[in-house]
Amino acid sequence: MSCHAVKAKAFLKNEERALWHDKALYAVREKRDRQAYSLPEWESLREQASQIKERVLGNLADYLEEFERNATRNGIKVHWAESGEEMNAIVAQIIKEKGAKHLVKSKSMLAEECHLAPYLEERGVEVVESDLGERIVQLMECAPSHIVLPAIHIKREEVGELFEEKLSTEKGNSDPTYLTHEARKHLRKKFLNADISMTGVNFAIASEGVFAVCTNEGNADMGTAFTDTHIAIMGLEKIVPDMESLAVFTRLLARSATGQPITTYTALYRQPEEGKEIHLIIVDNGRTKSLADAEHRTMLKCMRCGACMNTCPVYRRTGGYSYSYFIPGPLGINLGMLRSPEAYGGNVSGCSLCYSCSGVCPAKVDLAEQIYKWRQQMAPLGVADSKKKMIVKAMNLMMRNPRLMNAGVAVAPYIPRFVYNNGINPWCASGREMPHFAKKSFRVLWNEGKIKR
Amino acid sequence: MRVALFVPCFVNALYPEVGEASYKLLTSLGLDVDYPLEQTCCGQPMGNAGYEKDAEPLAERMEALFAEYDYVVGPSASCVSFVREAYPRLSHHKGEHKCLSSRIYEICEFLHDVVKPTALEARFPHKVSLHNSCHGVRLMGLSAPSEQNIPYYSKLHNLLSLVEGVEVVEPERRDECCGFGGLFSIEESAVSVSMGRDKVARHIATGAEFITGADSSCLMHMQGVIEREKLSIRTKHIVEILTAQE
Ligand code: SF4
Repeated sequence: MSCHAVKAKAFLKNEERALWHDKALYAVREKRDRQAYSLPEWESLREQASQIKERVLGNLADYLEEFERNATRNGIKVHWAESGEEMNAIVAQIIKEKGAKHLVKSKSMLAEECHLAPYLEERGVEVVESDLGERIVQLMECAPSHIVLPAIHIKREEVGELFEEKLSTEKGNSDPTYLTHEARKHLRKKFLNADISMTGVNFAIASEGVFAVCTNEGNADMGTAFTDTHIAIMGLEKIVPDMESLAVFTRLLARSATGQPITTYTALYRQPEEGKEIHLIIVDNGRTKSLADAEHRTMLKCMRCGACMNTCPVYRRTGGYSYSYFIPGPLGINLGMLRSPEAYGGNVSGCSLCYSCSGVCPAKVDLAEQIYKWRQQMAPLGVADSKKKMIVKAMNLMMRNPRLMNAGVAVAPYIPRFVYNNGINPWCASGREMPHFAKKSFRVLWNEGKIKR
Repeated sequence: MRVALFVPCFVNALYPEVGEASYKLLTSLGLDVDYPLEQTCCGQPMGNAGYEKDAEPLAERMEALFAEYDYVVGPSASCVSFVREAYPRLSHHKGEHKCLSSRIYEICEFLHDVVKPTALEARFPHKVSLHNSCHGVRLMGLSAPSEQNIPYYSKLHNLLSLVEGVEVVEPERRDECCGFGGLFSIEESAVSVSMGRDKVARHIATGAEFITGADSSCLMHMQGVIEREKLSIRTKHIVEILTAQE
């Protein structure tokens, strides 16, 4: 069994929880649907987003340079990092130069990708996640299980217990409003105490040298307002050409992500205030390698909305931790393979090829088609499952020899059912009966002249 | 117009009645239908498992078997969509006939888009819940995918409306995957069964007596769940309803 299959099975042992997880995320998908159906131009917006991203990826170097020129002119200090380590080192260096000790950050999947928080903590910097969901998983010392809803796998009672222990909230009170207020009070202190802030970047607008940060809690804005130094980190695919294209993406992003017309806060950073600094680090960390991979470069069109996770019937029923890559779902299966087939090949089985992800993606990333392609590459890459290979070999033998197949089909109905309809057969073991072989196959009936008009 | 019936391997062995109903349905509309012998498998299971190349000999065999027909029609949306998508990559036929991928149809699609019957001689006085299979919906366009903001349509629904007495409903989450997925059903069997149970439960919640659709593989998987849990609903391929005389 693949590593995803093993963990998925374990997750499904707790049926009630799996059902709850599935419902919670499907509700997000339905919210997204309502938004998508309410815009007559929805499908054309998706097409525009896809084309804009294609154009950007086709001329990425030019757009990046244009962005750098304009951002620098605006007074933003632009840095380049080839790898995650390099990004972390640049961040640490800026923090050191500023003599800072308390970093307050908003959500960034790039920070997770590069393991930034542990890196800084090892160097004596306090890192506080200011997004509520992120703060919850940080206090729980676990990883986000979803890229937009990092704590979606945690029930509110569990948050109550966590806050009781870490924030000394009232015993047994898991009222969401109460807990949110308490978290807010706690975070307010952290904001006041912070001496440096960090955000991710949702979109970097090349023609303006401006970058956009989208949040629902205003926590990015709060952090950057309170501190004198703002470090922003972005993957180099985050470029959009101009403000018109930004409008396309902001219309799609929140609708796809959480079913809101737009994120509550969409902040555009153009230039630092007097006496303050904005540092922007543009990070490659494998992205140019993906760009060079003609089969899979389409993944770079992703705007990290998470819709493909919410719609994925496998993700919803197996949770984020069933995937070995830090990003789960259809997106994570693909990005994991781009990162390392050896390390993350065990996620590729976690897909029934229903293609719902491809239909939901606002940037028209063909996620399911990509997974299908990766499956074809598993054997050549040497990471295929050997059992599966054997099953396919057996099928090949049968199906390439009609006489063999026909003989098999003829004897099958005479084999006592218990021989194959039992707990050893994985088809049955997990809760399904085997189908029944017909006494006479269609072919036999045809040959006997029994198939009539 | 020469039409060949493509009966997928598992339909041949498990559901001959589906092949039979397909034949009846096509011939009842005045079509000249043949069944070339020695059909095996289109190769979809190999493809979905990651061994598409292994389907090459099967693609060659299919191309040769069906070379001389104008239309090739089969009662399985996922097999047909595999032929359509993958055969242009797989078969190396020399161009003396058009590639099979351009002549193959799922039977409902064929009726709906090519034959366009205005009446069927069928009666089925039961409530049925429509199973919108993933490949039927999202690869073949048998109905509008729920993800997309396009006007609702359903070719299966349109055809069923020609059957006397039948009441057609759709489950909640109308086109969510049932969890079959070829070898996925074995490799990720726990997930597959969990999806199957949820899907069957939603079909049952409609109050229907039957689950019907254009993919025998989904129906087979759901029937397995139904039998294990001893549920009252049953599965029936749509061609059996389109030819029913109850
Ligand atoms: S691949 Fe598409 S649906 Fe998935 S997170 Fe990215 S943009 Fe959203």
